[in-house]
Amino acid sequence: MIRHFLYVTGRYLLFLRQVFRRPEKWRLTIRQFFVEAGKLVIGSIPLTALISVFIGAVLVIQTANNMTSPMLPKMYIGYMTRESLILEFCSTMVCLILAGKIGSNISSEIGTMRITEQIDAMEMMGINSASYLVMPKILSTTLLNPLLTLMSFIMGLLGGYLIIALTGMIKISDYLDGIRFAFNGYYITYSLIKTAVFSFIISSVSAFYGYYAGGGSLGVGRSATTAIVVSSALILIFNLILTRIML
Amino acid sequence: MITVRHLTKYYNGQPAVKDFSVEYLPGQCSLVIGASGSGKTVLLKSTVGLQDPDEGEVLFDGTVFNRLSPKEKKKIHSCMGMLFQGSALFDFATAMENVMFPLEFFSNMNRKEKIERARFCLHRVGLDGVDDKYPSELSGGMQKRVGIARAIALNPKYLFCDEPNSGLDPRTSVMIDRLIQEITREYNITTVINTHDMNSVMEIGDKVVFIHKGEKCWEGSKDNIMTSECSELDEFIFSSRMAHELKIRYESGNPSEG
Repeated sequence: MIRHFLYVTGRYLLFLRQVFRRPEKWRLTIRQFFVEAGKLVIGSIPLTALISVFIGAVLVIQTANNMTSPMLPKMYIGYMTRESLILEFCSTMVCLILAGKIGSNISSEIGTMRITEQIDAMEMMGINSASYLVMPKILSTTLLNPLLTLMSFIMGLLGGYLIIALTGMIKISDYLDGIRFAFNGYYITYSLIKTAVFSFIISSVSAFYGYYAGGGSLGVGRSATTAIVVSSALILIFNLILTRIML
Repeated sequence: MITVRHLTKYYNGQPAVKDFSVEYLPGQCSLVIGASGSGKTVLLKSTVGLQDPDEGEVLFDGTVFNRLSPKEKKKIHSCMGMLFQGSALFDFATAMENVMFPLEFFSNMNRKEKIERARFCLHRVGLDGVDDKYPSELSGGMQKRVGIARAIALNPKYLFCDEPNSGLDPRTSVMIDRLIQEITREYNITTVINTHDMNSVMEIGDKVVFIHKGEKCWEGSKDNIMTSECSELDEFIFSSRMAHELKIRYESGNPSEG
């Protein structure tokens, strides 16, 4: 078990070294960066927005349900919704969801290329396939997914606003006061850094398992599943580590 | 010229290719034949550097390839073209983009020149009007031809084909064989083909090497393969029902019987 862990970790680090070698042509890598950004990041906007709106709304209802004491000002509902969204939901929860979407996409795409010899064809041409295929995916998700976090934050707050507007459970002015109350800008930085780290984990781990997939279509399916499970576990571990370091 | 010297490659402790030596000459189609699992693909992948041989060496025009640094290997790789068993065309690219792919990395041509070169290569393999089609929209034979066009895009010195006829009907197979032979002669390429198709052997086998259980059993040409005294080769050639019946008729002196 320990031996296997060390073997996989070593292989992963060697893989990363291969990925971050100087590309044959930067122009092609930059072009791929935008292709991958469109596919992996922009393609994730609808899912992230949808989830965020609903979670924002649910958070408002749950918080309001738990704050029945008349001693507590209603604006705390907005305050607690904001803190929950920015500290945990918009980074960790969104990334766990993206681990499924982006992770399976990357792993199955690269895995299929492996088993259909497309990666061998690139190597035969003298192209560093890991760099060409994986580097743009890692860079685009690591650099641009934090923007999804910001969007998720805004959509979550909007979800909360909408449910209050629809049900009238508290005054909208209380909610708006709450989301502006005692705002700590460092939490945004913390959340963005977490998202960048988690995105790196999702894209690199998924690419790693896809790149070394074997055993036909079953192997590709297995590699996608393993990639999602390992990425999710690493996200939870690094969430704890980063929170301990940064807060 | 490609020289393979005493090449050995192990899998799980067992030799998949054992002490294999052979020379492939320019302007010739050299065919490596053998049954499935005989070690043909391992030999080919070890020759081109997709796998490192455990023992022995591979020389490309006198340069020991398997001892070069990755950077030096890259230079020789850019002189190679390879047609894979399943074509290995990039799913994300059209036929034209597939052929242009190596040009994007290793040529100094401008975009217009690259398009012209890719069009020429596609035309050379008899594929006009498929520029914008994706691999999934092409038939198996067309995919092989795009694969050949991509392999010759950079004017390679060495061309490797792994089972170029697998999954193709006999007529398309002959067409692909002839195309590979024409290109080999036209550009004086050193071509190595892995196959178990005896039609290919008789069509284009300038040189034929028979591999059995990872070892070289016989070497010759299409002209003397039928008179070889290698029992394993005989068994391989006459393993099909049709060839077996023809042999019986031939030996009985009545080829037209039946």
